Amino acid sequence: MSGHGLNMSSRDLMSIRRKACIAGAYEHPTREAPDKTVAQLHAECARGALEDAGLRLEDVDGYFCAGDAPGLGANNMADYLGLRPRHVDTTDTGGSAYLVHVSHAAQAIAMGKCNVALITLAGRPRSEGSSGVAPRLVGAGTPDVPWEAPYAPVTVNMYALAAARHMYEYGTTSEQLAWIKVAAATHAQHNPNAMLRDQVTVDDVLASPMISDPLRRLDCCVVSDGGGALLVVRPEIAHSLKRPIVNVLGAGEAIKGQLNGQVDLTFSGAAWSGPRAFGEAGVKPSDIQYASIYDSFTITVLMQIEDLGFCEKGKGGRFVADGNLISGVGKLPFNTDGGGLCNNHPANRGGITKVIEAVRQLRGETHAKVQVPNCNLALAQGTGGLLGSRHGSATLIMERA
Amino acid sequence: MTTMYQDRPLGSAVHDPATEPFFAATAIGSLRVKICVSCRKPHWYPRPLCPYCLGDAEWSDVTGKGEIYSVSVTRRAGPTPYAIAYVRLDEGITMLSNIVDCDLDSLRIGQRVHVVFKPAENGTMIPMFAPGPG
Repeated sequence: MSGHGLNMSSRDLMSIRRKACIAGAYEHPTREAPDKTVAQLHAECARGALEDAGLRLEDVDGYFCAGDAPGLGANNMADYLGLRPRHVDTTDTGGSAYLVHVSHAAQAIAMGKCNVALITLAGRPRSEGSSGVAPRLVGAGTPDVPWEAPYAPVTVNMYALAAARHMYEYGTTSEQLAWIKVAAATHAQHNPNAMLRDQVTVDDVLASPMISDPLRRLDCCVVSDGGGALLVVRPEIAHSLKRPIVNVLGAGEAIKGQLNGQVDLTFSGAAWSGPRAFGEAGVKPSDIQYASIYDSFTITVLMQIEDLGFCEKGKGGRFVADGNLISGVGKLPFNTDGGGLCNNHPANRGGITKVIEAVRQLRGETHAKVQVPNCNLALAQGTGGLLGSRHGSATLIMERA
Repeated sequence: MTTMYQDRPLGSAVHDPATEPFFAATAIGSLRVKICVSCRKPHWYPRPLCPYCLGDAEWSDVTGKGEIYSVSVTRRAGPTPYAIAYVRLDEGITMLSNIVDCDLDSLRIGQRVHVVFKPAENGTMIPMFAPGPG
């Protein structure tokens, strides 16, 4: 029926704007956990988020997890954690799933389906020898696999194809992409838990080995063990706690694929999820003071920045250059924890850490060297799956009340 | 820099009801796509039902000529470098493939290519592309 023109804006309809708060946020400090199970890491993250919020396990009545959680959907982990949820959601859009979970948790809270929603992510890809140049595991019967597997798509080349086309269309350069890594590394110096804490230069990035043209090793995120957890709660509950209030203002989600064979690698799903989130939040890109931008690879950041409207399409290369993403230096401070490029990419899924750092910024709890002064409005953006074939995009806008 | 194409193991192709007619055609040197019997639009990858309208789709042979939409030489995913690419066929659909039988470092977006077939481990012929008009 949508083809028949239902022309209501999201503001006319029921919205999640200020209907829920992020009251707990916890990033596991480990980056290598050979002696812990994935389930244990989930539990440690849940405990950390509950302690952060000042809530108890028995307060949790909603549970959200995705494909990194062992077992059948939420069944096994909810049981393992001792939860008795009355609302569950196992939406999986790859690494962006946890941003979708925040939105869906806010919807559930607005509808009275739960009061305290726990979201957990954890994984051990580092200990298990995961790599961006290994074939990705996919379920039997995945319909696109027979048509693509013989060509050896791996994670990095399915981002490289988008980077190559962006360079062809818009003249984007490897030096410009390198600036994204330089900004992340500048921030990571101040994060004692970051996996990579050394400052790097544009020349260091360009001197690193070519993995899949035009992406070099330092254009790629880290492979780290760890995890994170979030608590999304009813506003009355958030106001009863001792933590700063972080409201969910708006969210958007989208899945972008190969467009039935009309492949267009010049944009990501953020071009669709972004406007939905800005529309619901009632703000515009120039209002955003801090942005967590999914950084599986440098090109992922550049394309999402364009697609979210922080700059004109095709001008992302110029926008990210010369330190424009460095906190205290540039116009758009991004990934002040060091991001996936330097800090952490647990379970090969960077979504939850994007939300966690945005919450830290809104609370004013990041390192003084990277804290955005009076940070009241932040965005988190995720792209999960493969930029060059099919991915789930999620945009989340949050405010400090 | 020169990186000459080398054959690499392609694994076994998946034979199922969706792929069987396609690989029957590649075995005799033909590349085919699906076109919807209702809306007449071609699509890729081939599905039994059209992704534009869910009408039934039928096979249609194509020329196998096109141009490189994007290409990346993957250098560190195993012992043999290979060029993964999207190829835009003259019939208007774009497919993931490999570019073969050339210096991989010479490949450029916009370059003309034509279909060739390389055997998978179970003998199934897999369409790939080589530079030139064919």
